[in-house]
Amino acid sequence: MPSARTAIELKNVIKAYDEKASALDRVSLAVREGEFLAIVGPSGSGKTTLLRLINRLAEPTSGTVRVEENDVSVADPISLRRGIGYVFQGIGLFPHMTVAENIAITPLLIGWDKAQRAARVEELLQLVRLDPGKYRERFPAELSGGERQRVGVARALAAQPKIVLMDEPFGALDALTRDALGRDYRELHDRLGVTTVMITHDLTEAALLADRIIVIHQGHLIEEGTPHSLMTSPKHAYVRELVETPRSQAKRLAALMKGAAEQ
Amino acid sequence: MSGVDPRFYDALARLPDYLGSHVLVSVTALALGLGISLPLAIIATRRPYLRNLILGFASIVQTIPGLALLALFYPLLLVLSALTERMFGAGFSALGFLPSVLALALYSMLPVMRNTVTGILGIDPAVTEATLGVGMTRRQALTMVELPLALPIIMAGIRTAAVWVIGTATLATPVGQTSLGNYIFTGLQTQNWVFVLFGCVASAALALAVDQLLALMESGVSIRKRWRIAIGGLGIALIIAAALAPVFARPAATYVIGAKTFTEQYILEALIEQRLQAEGLSSARRDGLGSVVIFNALANGDIDLYVEYSGTLWANQLKQTEARPREEVLAEIKKWLSENYKIKMLGDLGFENAYALAMSRKQTESRGIRSITDLARFAPQLSIAGDYEFFARPEWKALVAAYGLKFREQRLIQPEFMYQAAAAGEVDVISAYTSEGRIKQHDLIILDDPKRAIPPYDAIILLAPKRAGDEKLIATLRPLLGAIDVKLMQEANLRANGSGRESSPEEIARWMWSEIERKNRPR
Repeated sequence: MPSARTAIELKNVIKAYDEKASALDRVSLAVREGEFLAIVGPSGSGKTTLLRLINRLAEPTSGTVRVEENDVSVADPISLRRGIGYVFQGIGLFPHMTVAENIAITPLLIGWDKAQRAARVEELLQLVRLDPGKYRERFPAELSGGERQRVGVARALAAQPKIVLMDEPFGALDALTRDALGRDYRELHDRLGVTTVMITHDLTEAALLADRIIVIHQGHLIEEGTPHSLMTSPKHAYVRELVETPRSQAKRLAALMKGAAEQ
Repeated sequence: MSGVDPRFYDALARLPDYLGSHVLVSVTALALGLGISLPLAIIATRRPYLRNLILGFASIVQTIPGLALLALFYPLLLVLSALTERMFGAGFSALGFLPSVLALALYSMLPVMRNTVTGILGIDPAVTEATLGVGMTRRQALTMVELPLALPIIMAGIRTAAVWVIGTATLATPVGQTSLGNYIFTGLQTQNWVFVLFGCVASAALALAVDQLLALMESGVSIRKRWRIAIGGLGIALIIAAALAPVFARPAATYVIGAKTFTEQYILEALIEQRLQAEGLSSARRDGLGSVVIFNALANGDIDLYVEYSGTLWANQLKQTEARPREEVLAEIKKWLSENYKIKMLGDLGFENAYALAMSRKQTESRGIRSITDLARFAPQLSIAGDYEFFARPEWKALVAAYGLKFREQRLIQPEFMYQAAAAGEVDVISAYTSEGRIKQHDLIILDDPKRAIPPYDAIILLAPKRAGDEKLIATLRPLLGAIDVKLMQEANLRANGSGRESSPEEIARWMWSEIERKNRPR
């Protein structure tokens, strides 16, 4: 359950446009501990920039970013990143390392011994529903897209982070795998009690997984709310448009299924 | 066994020395090159400006011909050596090993740098992002991810560099570094094609073997097969050890004899070496040195003695343009060498190898030409051919000034082919060397030089400063002084044009010594 304590806080963050990042204009938001927050927006809206500000893969032009109440601009970026799980669409598994070595990388960096790392790999592979005996010694090239992303999630969770950042984590997967992985992850989120910030351009995915949704549009935070409030009473024109598609799809599907039942 | 050319055994006997030196200079150059270019390339991957700069520089180096690059380092090091001599009281040898290693190291840098940069920059951006995401430091990202992933491409660059260095090391011979190139340079000069072929095959085989062993290591690294890395590494270590064993086991030679890049020099070098050996003095050879290189090497003590020609020193070192009687020239050179370099001019061998103008007998007889004065009248109707440097030399300018020579046509021809061209009437006049055996062979006539425009070119033995007072050496060499007349030298040079065992410099030198002894006996 989300507690009252704040895990991540952005205050009046401005990020001037440069070649590496889209701009953000005076964005403020707070994520509670244990919360699952989804950030939705079209490509180029600045949502990836927002996520990268949290683990200092990007630096704000002005404003403050706090993680567990500490200003990240004075934190050591390396130890900050080791304490935050990071999953992104490209996955970026190290192709010359086995699945086990990939998963154990952050524990290795922070000095866990071999036995601890092996036990952790075992545990995580089971957690992401991959048979350890079968997958431990495989190389990334020998895995399917879904398997790779499961390993990516396991790698992000390996050093027991309290915060997990996910950037379009399931974007490249087929619909079935994507749904299964999303639900599996939500279950992990609840079981491990982590705080998750997930970026997606798919409102349906956000609505089905997250506790709360934030919509970013052209660098501005234009709306936020629970999946329920956003789906039922969107205020901003762009969000209304965004909501329209899944709503009409849901209606047509419901009608189709009703029709099928009457036949 | 009778079917095998005896020169093959001669080549084989020299292999341990040549191969050992070749491997030593190649390995050192490659290690130095890698030591510089790898870190530089790694730094440059993160700095586009530096990247363009160093890759541009390495590309320019690559466009310099290998021979020129090697030659460039020699004067550079001479200056440096003089500088350290002045500042710290100790110079270093600017000849042989050092310039070769530096030039070859520079030569090896481009493939290594280019492949390292390409390999690292070619890594999937998602992987680079992941190194940051999992919390790696810059160094960890480099050593744990970037270098291992770029390794196959880096290794390919190292293989290219190794092949280039081993191949180019054959060109280190003219700057005084013994290498497999000694076969090729000696072979070309003495028309010993067995040597040329032997040198080419040996250096190609060495390059191929190293390339294949590195390839084995590379594949071992990329598919994680330790035994392949081990076998490849062991193979390379064995080649190095086997090649270097004779280099270190070889007793240090007492006397190093230098020789320039033509047949006569090889013969005289062999003759001197045989005399030293007969007196129980150990010696080593430094073949194929350039005219300027060899003089500086002697002054610097890198070689102990060699045969020079008075006119060369007169023009190149004393910067004299005026031709004077030979006795005067010799006396002046002797004094000048002693005062400026403490080099001892031991004496002259008894023949001249001067530049001269020569024509076919038929031409001289039909026109009644006997001297250059006669020639000057016909010159506007005639063509002249010279070797590559002749028309740029002071001798040519002196000739033109003294006799008012003006030819219809001026051509450059390889020295070996000039004599034949004159005999065949393809050119009318050539710049000949007076001790050249082909003058007699092709029945050419050397024109008189009544105005003495061309300085005398007496063959003289020079001793390095540290050998100036070496009585044993001087006593050993004394029998050669005045003992070789131009006829004997011409005949010796002519013999070298043949293609049998008897045309090797060693055999000719033995024959010359027997001739010298025969002449001395009746007296």
